[in-house]
Amino acid sequence: MIEQLELLPGYLTAHLQLTLFALLIGTLVSVPAGVLITRHRWLEQPVLGVASVIQTIPSLALLALMVPALAALGFRSIGFFPAFIGLVLYSVLPILRNTVAGLNGVDEALVEAARGVGMTPGQRLRRVELPLAMPVILAGIRTSTVWTVGVATLSTPVGAPSLGNYIFSGLQTRNLVAVLVGCIAAAALALVLDGLVWALGAAVLRRRQGWTRAVLATIALLYLFTGATLVAELRTSNTDQVVVGAKTFTEQYILSEIMSAHIGTVTGAPTRILSSLGSTVAFDALRADEIDVYVDYSGTVWATLMQRHTTATNRAEVLAGVRKFLHDEHGIELVGSLGFENAYALAMPRAQAKALGVTRISDLTAPAATLTIGGDYEFFGRPEWKAIESAYQLQFDEQRMMDSSLMYQAAGSGQVDVISAFSTDGRISAYDLLVLDDELGAIPPYDAIILAGPRLVRERPDVIAALRQLTGTIDADHMRQMNRAVDQDGAGVTSVAEQFLREIRD
Amino acid sequence: MIEIQNLSKRYGDLIAVDDLSLHVEAGELLVLLGGSGSGKTTTLKMVNRLIEPTAGRVMIDGQDVGGIAPYELRRGIGYVFQRVGLFPHMTVGENIAISLTLLGWPPPRIRDRVAELLELVELSPGVSADRRPSDLSGGQQQRVGVARGLAAAPHVMLLDEPFGALDPLTRDRLQQSFLRIRKQLELTAIFVTHDMAEALLVGDRIGIMRDGKLIQIGTPRDLLRSPADDYVRQLIETPMRQAQVVDALLEDTSS
Ligand SMILES: Nc1ncnc2c1ncn2[C@@H]1O[C@H](COP(=O)(O)OP(=O)(O)O)[C@@H](O)[C@H]1O
Ligand SMILES: [Mg+2]
Repeated sequence: MIEQLELLPGYLTAHLQLTLFALLIGTLVSVPAGVLITRHRWLEQPVLGVASVIQTIPSLALLALMVPALAALGFRSIGFFPAFIGLVLYSVLPILRNTVAGLNGVDEALVEAARGVGMTPGQRLRRVELPLAMPVILAGIRTSTVWTVGVATLSTPVGAPSLGNYIFSGLQTRNLVAVLVGCIAAAALALVLDGLVWALGAAVLRRRQGWTRAVLATIALLYLFTGATLVAELRTSNTDQVVVGAKTFTEQYILSEIMSAHIGTVTGAPTRILSSLGSTVAFDALRADEIDVYVDYSGTVWATLMQRHTTATNRAEVLAGVRKFLHDEHGIELVGSLGFENAYALAMPRAQAKALGVTRISDLTAPAATLTIGGDYEFFGRPEWKAIESAYQLQFDEQRMMDSSLMYQAAGSGQVDVISAFSTDGRISAYDLLVLDDELGAIPPYDAIILAGPRLVRERPDVIAALRQLTGTIDADHMRQMNRAVDQDGAGVTSVAEQFLREIRD
Repeated sequence: MIEIQNLSKRYGDLIAVDDLSLHVEAGELLVLLGGSGSGKTTTLKMVNRLIEPTAGRVMIDGQDVGGIAPYELRRGIGYVFQRVGLFPHMTVGENIAISLTLLGWPPPRIRDRVAELLELVELSPGVSADRRPSDLSGGQQQRVGVARGLAAAPHVMLLDEPFGALDPLTRDRLQQSFLRIRKQLELTAIFVTHDMAEALLVGDRIGIMRDGKLIQIGTPRDLLRSPADDYVRQLIETPMRQAQVVDALLEDTSS
């Protein structure tokens, strides 16, 4: 608990940076756009239409889509900006719609009276229409505030820390305290910000000048503080800090801590961890030098990035191919293999496997028609699954996608029969699952490999050398044991990483 | 002085105002009288360019209003609306002072003027300038509407059925106030109504409209002596006959 609360100021500040400025820009865009729409009626349908379509894009996807979009435009594509722009887009609709509704709702007679007393169109807008529409516009801003605070928790996978870090890593490491802290903090923040907008509206409408000033001052202070931290961060983010990336699962959190601590001790370079990155986000970020190093798996690069479908079961051959591909195509260096494989594997409860007489994947061909398979979000879309399906002629009764943190439990409790497990996951033994033999070699080898980005390779040979020292230091058992320590025994990621480093130094 | 020359307004096939010409002398109050839909409001709004005419023109003090920026024109013309149209988010004082604010008067001068106007329309004492319009009765709101129209001491006032929506007693009180005010200020005004009794009470001359046309214009005496047609005769005789009926009733009961 204490450990979690220590993270709060950082995550909360990051969350505020995203939401406050997204709302500010969202409002500054939406209110004038709303005004424009009501002056030029033909714009109403197209503009509101576009805003509505943006709103229907699932928020997680909207934020994730900003990464390739920004990259294509040549901007910094992970971290604050994609999340920020996604949130701005997301904040627009409620404010826009309410601005239009508020202005349209102003009594015609009052608009005419405003013209009749000699107001110019601008005076009419400022003195009559906007003040009368204000309650409705503020209601839109409040809706937007609550939504934006909530959606901002999804900034984590695009590399922008937020209160979502608690939720993403908490769910993966089965740390419910972290998940709760994240949810409660986000809910509280939404209530506070919503309350501020409400208070502003109430004070303005009742014409309490003192109150209005007090609320405005509070809001201004919040912006000043948050803006200052943001500027400070954006300034320092280009220094010689080494940024270590991690995808969204326990093993990645542990490995990023290990690399970060090791780099720090050996080279003295300042390090920072950017965790819970989406799977493709991590690679794109490395390629663009927005992170410097992370761990990926040879088979993933082989199947997903190199689009190889031929089954090359030879570990060394895959490694060599991957190394050359990364170097030639992306300027990324494969620093070394950590010494274990974390492969996709099909697993099922041991008792059920025994009952069905299944030990190899080929034993599933016949019974598959009555079985349900569960996989993570990526799995059924990955080339490996296509390869397994066709190599073993598998036709499952049902395929269910679920979060990888829930998959093992689903298999353990019999809600699905077979899952796409990760071979190092501590929960395989915890739920007494049996890993089925891939005797046809449909699944490529997945050596855990340290990848270093172009800038790090060019500028920090010392860091590369330090990372190379980690080559071959972790075998599959050891990794499984560390994963299990975090997932099952509730050990902290940092302490597991520290203990590992102590062991290898002795 | 207001000079309306061959003014027309068409909405598609509908002719709301049809080739209407008239003039209003300085210090004169002209009533436009006619049934609903006869084009009274449309005519009035073309004077301050709330509506642009299809044909014809309006001159005020010899100047074609078409050549004046609409908002400047309107700041010099007091307008009292059929549907009051007080701004609900402003105080009574701010409503009254709105054209003064737009003209850039300094706040102390505005305050004095608002106090003066509240007195003129008989709201003060009793209604303070920082009340909200929604706190007032219908009659009080219409008094504020009149005060707003008078605020900048305009050379011309346009009033569109200003007392139309009020109960008879309140209407009578406001009519009396208005008569006093217009004498005091020597207003040049066009006053729209559909009520002949009101027209006879406040108007120097009365113009009668039907189907967008001005069918007769003259003093009440002119209309009574030589009505242009049966419609005008009926219009002007109805209040007379009603008055006679009332008189007869009163005599019956007193004898
Ligand atoms: N904006 C408009 N579009 C179409 N017809 C209108 C419009 N405004 C007024 N009219 C028509 O013009 C005629 C005169 O209207 P108006 O001047 O408001 O009459 P009054 O004030 O005498 O009741 C009516 O038939 C009315 O329906
Ligand atoms: Mg009318």
